[in-house]
Amino acid sequence: MLIGKSKMPKLNINGIDHQIDAPGDMPLLWAIRDLVGLTGTKFGCGQALCGACTVHLDGQPTRSCQTFVGDLDGVKITTIEGIGGKVAETVRQVWTDMDVPQCGYCQSGQVMAAVALLSETPKPTDDDIDAALDGNLCRCATYHRIRAGVHEAARRLEA
Amino acid sequence: MLPRILEQINAAGSVKTTRRSFLVASAAAAGAFVIGYGAAPVRAAGGAAVSTAPAPFDAYIRIAADGKVTVLSSQFDMGQGAYNGIATLVNEELGAAWDQITVVGATGDLKLYGNLAWGGAVQGTGGSSSMTTSFDRYRKAGAAARIMLTEAAAREWKVPAGEISVKDGKLSHGSGKVAGFGDMAAKAAKMPVPQDVPLKGRNDWTLIGNPDLRRYDSRAKTDGTHDFTIDVKLPGMLTAVMIHPPKFGATVKSFDAAKAKAMKGVVDVVEIPRGIAVVGEHMWAALAARDAVTVTWDESKAETRGSAAILIEYRNRAAGKPQAVARKEGDASKALAAAVRTVDATFEFPYLAHAAMEPLNAVARRNADGTLEVWGGHQLPGLYQGMAAGIAGVKPEQVTMHIMKVGGGFGRRATPDGDVVAEAVMIAKAIGFKAPVKVQWTRENDMRGGRYRPAYVHQLKAGIDGAGNLVAWQHHIVGQSIVAGTPFQGLIKDGIDQTSVEGASNLPYAIPNMDVGLTTMETGVTPLWWRAVGSTHTAYATECFLDEVAAAAGKDPLDFRLALLKNHPRHAAVLRLAAEKAGWGKPLAKGRFMGLAVHESFHSFVAHVAEVSVDGGDIRVHRVVAAVDCGTAVNPDVIKAQIEGGTGFGLGAILAEELTLADGGAVEQGNYDTYTPLRISAMPRVEVHIVPSAEPPTGVGEPGVPSIGPAVANAVRKATGRLITKLPMARGMQS
Repeated sequence: MLIGKSKMPKLNINGIDHQIDAPGDMPLLWAIRDLVGLTGTKFGCGQALCGACTVHLDGQPTRSCQTFVGDLDGVKITTIEGIGGKVAETVRQVWTDMDVPQCGYCQSGQVMAAVALLSETPKPTDDDIDAALDGNLCRCATYHRIRAGVHEAARRLEA
Repeated sequence: MLPRILEQINAAGSVKTTRRSFLVASAAAAGAFVIGYGAAPVRAAGGAAVSTAPAPFDAYIRIAADGKVTVLSSQFDMGQGAYNGIATLVNEELGAAWDQITVVGATGDLKLYGNLAWGGAVQGTGGSSSMTTSFDRYRKAGAAARIMLTEAAAREWKVPAGEISVKDGKLSHGSGKVAGFGDMAAKAAKMPVPQDVPLKGRNDWTLIGNPDLRRYDSRAKTDGTHDFTIDVKLPGMLTAVMIHPPKFGATVKSFDAAKAKAMKGVVDVVEIPRGIAVVGEHMWAALAARDAVTVTWDESKAETRGSAAILIEYRNRAAGKPQAVARKEGDASKALAAAVRTVDATFEFPYLAHAAMEPLNAVARRNADGTLEVWGGHQLPGLYQGMAAGIAGVKPEQVTMHIMKVGGGFGRRATPDGDVVAEAVMIAKAIGFKAPVKVQWTRENDMRGGRYRPAYVHQLKAGIDGAGNLVAWQHHIVGQSIVAGTPFQGLIKDGIDQTSVEGASNLPYAIPNMDVGLTTMETGVTPLWWRAVGSTHTAYATECFLDEVAAAAGKDPLDFRLALLKNHPRHAAVLRLAAEKAGWGKPLAKGRFMGLAVHESFHSFVAHVAEVSVDGGDIRVHRVVAAVDCGTAVNPDVIKAQIEGGTGFGLGAILAEELTLADGGAVEQGNYDTYTPLRISAMPRVEVHIVPSAEPPTGVGEPGVPSIGPAVANAVRKATGRLITKLPMARGMQS
C-alpha cells in the first residue's frame, strides 16, 4: 500500500500542507473529499462539464475532477471551506439575502466561480457573468438569481 | 389505492428518536394531541419496538434545553423548500425566533407522517403536495407546543397563562419574568395536551405570506457545510461504484475481476442482482478499478429497439383508435366531419433524464445488534424501509431510514424499486456486512440508469365551425405507463394511467365535443415521474395546438383562450395577469415575438408569456413573465424561486434535452456534454407574479414547468410560421 514518501504528492489546501497517499493521477476532487475530508467540493460529472467541483488554484477557478494530485506541487489550492475575504463574504451574504440556492449542490462551485469573476472583473455585465459561469450547471436553474446575485455583490463591493 | 405499497409500508416499524427532547404531535387519525419524551425505544425480545408511554415517537417538534427547535418533517426536501415551508407553518403558531429553527426528515409512523393529500396512507413527497398535507397539521403542532410552553411557565410563575406572551423564542410576563423555550421545554412536556387548538386568523399571520422571510438553510449552502448523502462518512466506510447492464433488461452472465481486485485500495468486486459492484476504500480506488473489470452480459431479454424505432411505432399507433377513453363529451367524430375547418398535428416527445446534480447514492450499515441503517434521499421512506429489510433479512422495524439532504430530485428519488437504496444494502450484504458501504453512481450511471420521462406521441384534431368556434377536439396520447407493473399500478383506472393523460383529460376549455384517449405501449425502458409528470407533454401538445386552432380561426391566442375559460376563473386570472404584466398586444422590439400558455397541474395554475427571437435555427428566450395561483402563498419568495427554476428546467428540456437509445438499445448520452440541461447563458429574465388567494395552499415544485414550453413554441410559431411538433426544438427546427 505504501509508496515512498518522497513520491507522495503534496497538496497545499486552504493554507495547510497534506501528504497524499495516492498515485499522481488521482483526481484532486477525490483527494480533497475522501483523503483530506473536505466535502464542500462536490462531484457532479467527473468530466469538467458541470462545475460542481470548482476550486481555486492560485486564485484561478479550476475543475478539480480533471486536475490531478501529481501536478500540484507549489500550487495554492482553495476550496469552498477555505475561501475568505471581502469578495467571498459578500457573495455568501448576497446568496443568503437573496435566497439564491435551491438544493444547493452546485452552489459551492457557483460561489467559487462568482468570487473568481468578481475578483477579476469588479463590475461584470450580464455577458461577463454568462461567460464566466456558463460552465457551472444548476439543475434547479437558479440562474436568474445567480445573475442578480453577482450584480448585487458587485454593487455592495463598490459601495 | 396503492395496495402493494400499503402492505409494504404498513409492515414498516416506528421511527427511532434517540435524543431526549420535547415532543409534540398531532395524531391526525385520532384527532388528539399526544406528547412525550423522545427517549430511545425499548425493544421487546422479539425485536419490535415498544413505546415508552405516552407515544414517544409521535413527534413534529423537538425543543432542546438550549432552545434549539427542530421540526420533524414528513415531507422530503430536494431543494424545493418544503422544509422551509413546514418550518414557517410551525413557527407561525409556535413563536420561536426564526434562527432557532432547523428541520430534519422524519419517518416511521403513517398516522403522523402519511401524506394527507394522498389519503394519509403513504408517506411520500410528490405531486407538489407538501403544503397541502402540512398546512393544518404543522400549524396545529406549533400551536399545541406554544400552549404547553405557556402552561408550564404559568405554573412555574404562578400567573394566569393568558397573561404570558410568546415572542422570538421567549415567554414573558408583565411582572418581569422571562424564560426561553429551552428553559421550559422539559416542564412543558408534562403539561396536558390541548385538544382543540385554536389557530391564528390569516390577518394575524406574520410569517405565512411574508415576502421578506428568507430560507433558514441558505447560508450553509454557500460555505460547504450543508451535508448531502454524498458527504456521509462513517467509521470504516467503503465506497462502491456500479457497473450496470448496458441495455435495459440485460443481466450479468459472467465477469472477471481478478485484475481489479489486485489494485490498490480495492476491497472486493461483487455481483448483485442489479449488476457488478466494485468496492473500494474510497471513490477513486473503486472508480479506477472499475475499468479493469470485464463483464459478459446476457442480453436475451434486453430491449434492443432504438428510441427512433420506438417513436415510429408510437406514431403509427397514434393514427389508430385509442385503447382507452380518458374523457368523452358530445360526439367529436361527428362534429369534426361537420366542421368548416379542421386542424391536425402530431407531436413527438423524447425520453428525458432527471440528471439531478448529485448523482444517486445511498449508504447502508448493519450494526452489531442486527439493526440496519440506511442514509439517502428517501422520497418514499416507508417503501424503501421495507425493501431494505427484505434484502438484509431483518424486520422493517429494525431498519432506520436517515433522510438526507439531496442535490435535486425532480422525481428521480421516488422509485418503485428504491434503486440505490437497494444497491447499498445488496452490496453491504454481499461483503458480509463487514463494513458500512456507500454506493455512489457516476454521472454515466445516473444518465444511463433508466427511470426517464417516457417518450410520447400525441395526435390532435380540431374542428372549427362557420362562426370560428372551436367545436371538436380529438386527442390521442400514445406512450408507456409510468405506474404499470409497479407498486403504484393501482393508480390505473379503466385502462387509464392518470399520469399519462393528466393535463389533457382535464383540459379546461369549453369545447362541446371532445375525445381524449390513451394507448399504453410497452418497452423495456424504465419510466418514471419527471418534474410535472404528464403535464410535461400534455401542456405542450394542448397549448401549442390551441394556438394553431386560434390561428385557423383568425383569433388572438389570449382572447381565444379567455373566451373558452369562462368556467375556469383561476386559469383565466393567471393568464390575464401574466399577459398584462408582459405587455401582451403592445408593440415589441424588432425581431421579438411573444407567445403564451396556461396550464393547471397539481391544483396550481400557472401562465407563462415568453418573449423570443429566432435567428436561423437559434431560439433565444429573452424575457419570461409568469403568473401563479397556488392558493394561500405560504412562502412567496420560495414560490417565486420555484417558478423561476421550473421555468428554467422546462425551458432547458424543450430547447435541447433528449435521451436516446441507439439501434440495439444502448443509451447514447452519458454526461452533460451530450445530455444538455439549460446553462446560465440561455436563462431568460423571469418575472413571477403571485395571484392573491385565500384558497388552501397547493404546490409549486412542479407547476412552473409545463407552460413555459408551449409559451416559447407559440412565440417561435409567430416568428417563423412553424409549429414545432418534435422536441427538443434543436431537433424540431431541423425536421
